Amino acid sequence: MTAVHTAPAAGKPAAPAAELSDRGRAERRLGLLLSAPAVIVMLVVTAYPLVNALYLSLFSYRITAPDDRRFVGLGNYGTALSDPLFWQDVLTTFIITFVTVAVELVIGFALAMVMHRAVFARRTVRTAILLPYGIVTVISAFAWKYAFDLQSGFVNSWFGLGDHAWFSGRWSSLSVIVLSEIWKTTPFVSLLLLAGLAQVPGDLGEAATVDGATAWQRLRRVTIPNMKAAILVAVLFRTLDAWRIFDNVFVMTSGQQKTETLSFLTYRQTITRTAIGLGDAVGVLLFLSVVLIAAVFIKGFRVDLAQARGERGGGEK
Amino acid sequence: METARSRWLWALASLLILVWTVFPILWIVMLSFKQPGEIGNQKGFLPHHWTWDNYRTVFETDLFTSALVNSIGISLIATVIGVVFATLVAYAIARLEFPGKKAILSFALAIAMFPVVSLVGPLFDLWRDVGLYDTWPGLIIPYISFALPLAIWTLSAFFREIPWEMEQAAQVDGATTWQAFRKVIVPLAAPGVFTAAILTFFFCWNDFVFGISLTSSDRARVVPAALAFFTGASEFQQPTTAICAAAVVVTVPIVVIVLSFQRRIVAGLTSGAVKG
Repeated sequence: MTAVHTAPAAGKPAAPAAELSDRGRAERRLGLLLSAPAVIVMLVVTAYPLVNALYLSLFSYRITAPDDRRFVGLGNYGTALSDPLFWQDVLTTFIITFVTVAVELVIGFALAMVMHRAVFARRTVRTAILLPYGIVTVISAFAWKYAFDLQSGFVNSWFGLGDHAWFSGRWSSLSVIVLSEIWKTTPFVSLLLLAGLAQVPGDLGEAATVDGATAWQRLRRVTIPNMKAAILVAVLFRTLDAWRIFDNVFVMTSGQQKTETLSFLTYRQTITRTAIGLGDAVGVLLFLSVVLIAAVFIKGFRVDLAQARGERGGGEK
Repeated sequence: METARSRWLWALASLLILVWTVFPILWIVMLSFKQPGEIGNQKGFLPHHWTWDNYRTVFETDLFTSALVNSIGISLIATVIGVVFATLVAYAIARLEFPGKKAILSFALAIAMFPVVSLVGPLFDLWRDVGLYDTWPGLIIPYISFALPLAIWTLSAFFREIPWEMEQAAQVDGATTWQAFRKVIVPLAAPGVFTAAILTFFFCWNDFVFGISLTSSDRARVVPAALAFFTGASEFQQPTTAICAAAVVVTVPIVVIVLSFQRRIVAGLTSGAVKG
């Protein structure tokens, strides 16, 4: 553009903070003002309830008996952590998370490759991939539940399984839960990986081909290392998402057959049993586990989320 | 390099993807056309006797119709407010120099990773104290705050790409500030805002945890929550087919949005996801 800039264009780094002009100060004020509504709403719904949960988790407190409320210190945490049920739920959550993320990474990568390479019906495939993403999780849960259900399902008769009751055992229930979760969320993974694939320089692959690399070698040595950032972001987001799994479990088994997850345990304690103190303690433990996972990823694997989420160039300043 | 054979393989792979993504949806549609009595007797994929009865049942059930109204109203209001808030933040982040930019983005990120269920207990308490329990605002407020992160990232990634100098160029050419904004900036920013709106709407439409925890009656109960509690036309009937009819009804808008705005949604989900 040929416009003459008399004032420094906004969006560029402003003058050093030492000499804040009136203009700079006004800009600051405007920036904070514009951000205020969003930040306030996010704080109201998260910060206050979280602090409140921390506080209430120190009490023995049930809604049904508000007068019996008494301070028990870390007692609720002790109760939760020494209960085998808690650890069983941790294990269930871990298994669901590990299996879904691992499978989704493989399928998601295959889907991304097809979307990247396919010439036939490219748009149709991309549209179809978005359908599971848009479908309400509860509906996906019903669809898969009814497909495997003894009463309504076609799976048993199609595959000659007779009267196999999928929801009467822990592992078969978990398989269906995992299947629904995978169907619903693989599109998200594949789109992130597709964006990563687009970043891999095409001539690198060609050079490798000229040098006689097989397709598998190209994939392992050229493609995957070049899209490491995309893979890590996809894994981080999906891991945290799967760790909070709730809807599928609620609809399919309500936590029966040892399929209860940490989210479901928290919900059952606070809402169903109205044991607010104990439930909040489990909720806080769930929150801490999420923080721990995020920290391991961000510090351990150096997932640069600032860069990853479009805050490009943020690191220069 | 692309031989005819590999071409066919890619086409086959595409076809497999189509089947995998569409099949469960098709299954729900088939169930919704079965007679309630077929459940437990006819275990095929296709309905034995096609019928519209389930749709009639669903629309005659107050629980579902009020949930549908609640879902549409609550999701739309939350989307509009959320997108306006996110647009303000994203504009400030893309164009203004002020302290706390990075903090806001990190905070939004933290919210996106937050285990929602941890908050349900305390919110349940708080909402009952302030009278927001089982009301529209009681769901709209949490929806906004948990949809904001995605909207903020999408929009700030998008706004960063806008050539803002064009606004000044237009002013140099004699346009007023308002004209420059309306004729130059709005058309450039609109697609991003629209994409953020779609993603926010999907988020609200999909919610289940808040829907079951913060509501207790048809005053504010949303569709996913209503589905989980739906018992059918009478207690002597399996609710399966009716639930599926209701599920199809709430899936139609999603399919229409996906079919119409496929490219925008893909751009939004991957915007700035892995640049650099």
